[in-house]
Amino acid sequence: MRPEAIRDKVAIIGMGCTKFGENWDKSADDMIIEASFEALEDGGVELKDIEAGWVGTVTTGGTGSLLSGPLKLPYLPVTRVENGCGTAMEALRNASFAVACGLYDLVLVVGVEKLKDTGLGGLPEFMFHPVYGQGFTAPGRWALGATRYFQNYEIKPEEGKRLLAKIAVKNHHNGTLSPKAHFQREITLEQALAAPIVAWPLGLLDCCPVTDGAAAAVICPIDIAKRFRDDYVLVKGFGVAMGPGLGKEDIDYVYDRLPETQAAAKQAYEMAGIEEPRKEISLASLHDCFTIAELMEYEAVGFSPLGGAKQDIEAGTFTLEGELPVNTDGGLKSFGHPIGATGLRMCYEAYKQFQGKADRRQLKDPKISFCMAQYGHPGFLGPVVTILGRRD
Amino acid sequence: MVGIISYGAYIPFYRLSRDEIARAWGGGAIRGEKAVANFDEDSLTMAVEAAISCLVGIDRQTIDALYFASTTSPYREKQVAATIAAATDLRREVLTGDFAGSLRGGTIGMRAALDAVEAGSAKKVLVTASDCRLGTPGSDFEQVFGDGAAAIAIGDSGVIATIEGSYSRFDEIVDLWRTESDDFVKSWEDRFVITEGYTYNLQQAISGIMQKHHLEPKDFAKVVFYAPDARRHLEMARKLGFDPKSQVQDGMFDRLGNTGAAFALMMLVAALEEAKPGDRILLASYGDGCDAYVLRVTEEIGQIKARRAIKAYLASKKMLPNYERFVRNRKLMEVEVGRRRPTMASSAVTLWRDRKMVYGLYGSRCNRCGRLFLPPQRVCLYCQAKDEYELVRLSEMKGKLYSFCKDELAASVDPPTILSIVNLEGGCRFYGPMTDRDPDQVEVDMPLELTFRKMHDGEGYHNYFWKCRPAR
Repeated sequence: MRPEAIRDKVAIIGMGCTKFGENWDKSADDMIIEASFEALEDGGVELKDIEAGWVGTVTTGGTGSLLSGPLKLPYLPVTRVENGCGTAMEALRNASFAVACGLYDLVLVVGVEKLKDTGLGGLPEFMFHPVYGQGFTAPGRWALGATRYFQNYEIKPEEGKRLLAKIAVKNHHNGTLSPKAHFQREITLEQALAAPIVAWPLGLLDCCPVTDGAAAAVICPIDIAKRFRDDYVLVKGFGVAMGPGLGKEDIDYVYDRLPETQAAAKQAYEMAGIEEPRKEISLASLHDCFTIAELMEYEAVGFSPLGGAKQDIEAGTFTLEGELPVNTDGGLKSFGHPIGATGLRMCYEAYKQFQGKADRRQLKDPKISFCMAQYGHPGFLGPVVTILGRRD
Repeated sequence: MVGIISYGAYIPFYRLSRDEIARAWGGGAIRGEKAVANFDEDSLTMAVEAAISCLVGIDRQTIDALYFASTTSPYREKQVAATIAAATDLRREVLTGDFAGSLRGGTIGMRAALDAVEAGSAKKVLVTASDCRLGTPGSDFEQVFGDGAAAIAIGDSGVIATIEGSYSRFDEIVDLWRTESDDFVKSWEDRFVITEGYTYNLQQAISGIMQKHHLEPKDFAKVVFYAPDARRHLEMARKLGFDPKSQVQDGMFDRLGNTGAAFALMMLVAALEEAKPGDRILLASYGDGCDAYVLRVTEEIGQIKARRAIKAYLASKKMLPNYERFVRNRKLMEVEVGRRRPTMASSAVTLWRDRKMVYGLYGSRCNRCGRLFLPPQRVCLYCQAKDEYELVRLSEMKGKLYSFCKDELAASVDPPTILSIVNLEGGCRFYGPMTDRDPDQVEVDMPLELTFRKMHDGEGYHNYFWKCRPAR
């Protein structure tokens, strides 16, 4: 790998994000149009100047026409990508390669998911096999990690649930400071602990909601970024680690850590030139589809040592006022999780923080942001990491 | 010398108190409880369990034929014996056959097996009988019927009970029936059914076989015979001149219930579990006529390997909390299972392609590094060797629970779904739901074993696979 091929080669010059939520009155097309035009206007870019597009979705569409249709892009190269919950970041990553190699000047990247038209609680289930490994839910599969994590670190289930509840309370609080978040409501520790069980030990308030939304970015080569704005944001590095997904089969696979996530973070740190993540990173968006995921990710991406999440949660390390704020916009837990849009929503938060436009949740002097969205569950993960930096 | 060479049985984990049935519908309760199949069990899965019990100590490659007898086949068209043969991993060149429709099916299958071995067309035949009948809600039948399965192996070496004589008769009588559209067993008026059906035929068969072979009641250590219920069992014993206390095999009416086509063979298995060399046993079943057999227990009975059969499975049980749970498990009413996508899709092609894994529960062992995987892996996870593996059957392996969750969101008749990761003793993992469990008793490291169950009915057919369960 040659990190210099991508590090500081690509700039984000405009971003957009719809209100996330149960968008009964908006179609996927409506949300694509809304997010795309916000990004174009934010970057001062005309739609006609866009040369190529990447669009990410998991369930909402099949091809690049998902983007060219609503925006009436005239016979442009548009590619649809899908890589689970990291889909939107994959769209950004692949678009960045095209820009970094010098092929295009202006590329539009969009992530979208329309989930609330299905009439279902929870995410749609996919058939991997008619009988093997079938009939379980995402919270159930993550709960396997929680059970094993608690067991390995000798944390009593009640104590473990309290740690998870603190993450839920933090992310709900951050959500109240994010006007576009799905949930805008404080919760108490007691409410989180008393919530109905979804997949023991995870309760309802440990789980992110089912959400509609779209997010978009306009990117360009670094050498022309200044034509559009001074406070553009730099792409520093990416990491992707598609595990073989053999936790179910591999007796040596341990469920108290996330080896795929560790690998993806390592790649991204190397690409971005980060040696001490906890010191160098100003803010992070982690994939808190379930609170246990955020907890295990603290350790997997190197913010806390293995087994050290408990101490950091209790110390308030990851709160807005803490040493390394995580999920400042509310995360999947409060901002919502339209699968194919989530990765760009994370980048949107970093982008706004760098530009000092994060309203009441604005951090002081943020420089480097770590965003990670990942598909799957312990034993079967596909994390995608994006590291962004403020222009100095 | 042809006879029984092995036996096995299966009784589901759950019991329903008859007081609970009476509580639901009013009226009186007959004594005790009945064994009830879990929501993921049917006659096929129970027959697989009984077959596995019977195959202890037998090389599965030596079985030449497998029969399945039941009045409650999960299919009207599709052979169940073939699925049992696949799940018990028998050779492909095995003759499989279903004996459907008659309460006498178990002993008819036994007759066919004896004839095959005597004629030399087979050396070892496995006969399974299994039933899971439903009485109309609120009926006496609902209280009487229980669920269970038996299996016996017939062969000509290592015989534990020889067949000294047999006698069969048929009778055309409309006493009990289900037409092709009935879910619940129907019957004509009780007094007619008992007098002219059961009592007349069984007496004829038993006196017939005793006359034929010049035997008297005192010549038998045990008499094992079908009866619709406990009262008729006792009445029949007295009529035939057997001592109910010392000679009559316990009908288990208050712990098991009438298990239909499996009933006579289950009682026979219970008798064999206690039998001594030299014991002469009279076996008689009923259903559209009678089959009777005279069996003589041999010295070989002392050599039979330990297995779980009637005694062990009767002792291993859990009461259903209430009648409503039974209604849910047997799908007597439509019950809410959560608004999830009807995910239980299936593919007949995938099931066929993966049949070694799906039915026989085969994993792969890497020839290069020796690691074991379920399902089989073409490229080894450890050494990346390609296509260098042998298939290994894992269904008998035991293991320990590595991690679990209690999933309330997964669509299930019996929530929560206990998704489990099991570390099997052979050094690989099993990943799937836990059945026959008390959610409050599930804990990491608990001992588990594997059991063949119905997973769902995706695409309109029954999809079977293996689950884990607490060791019984």
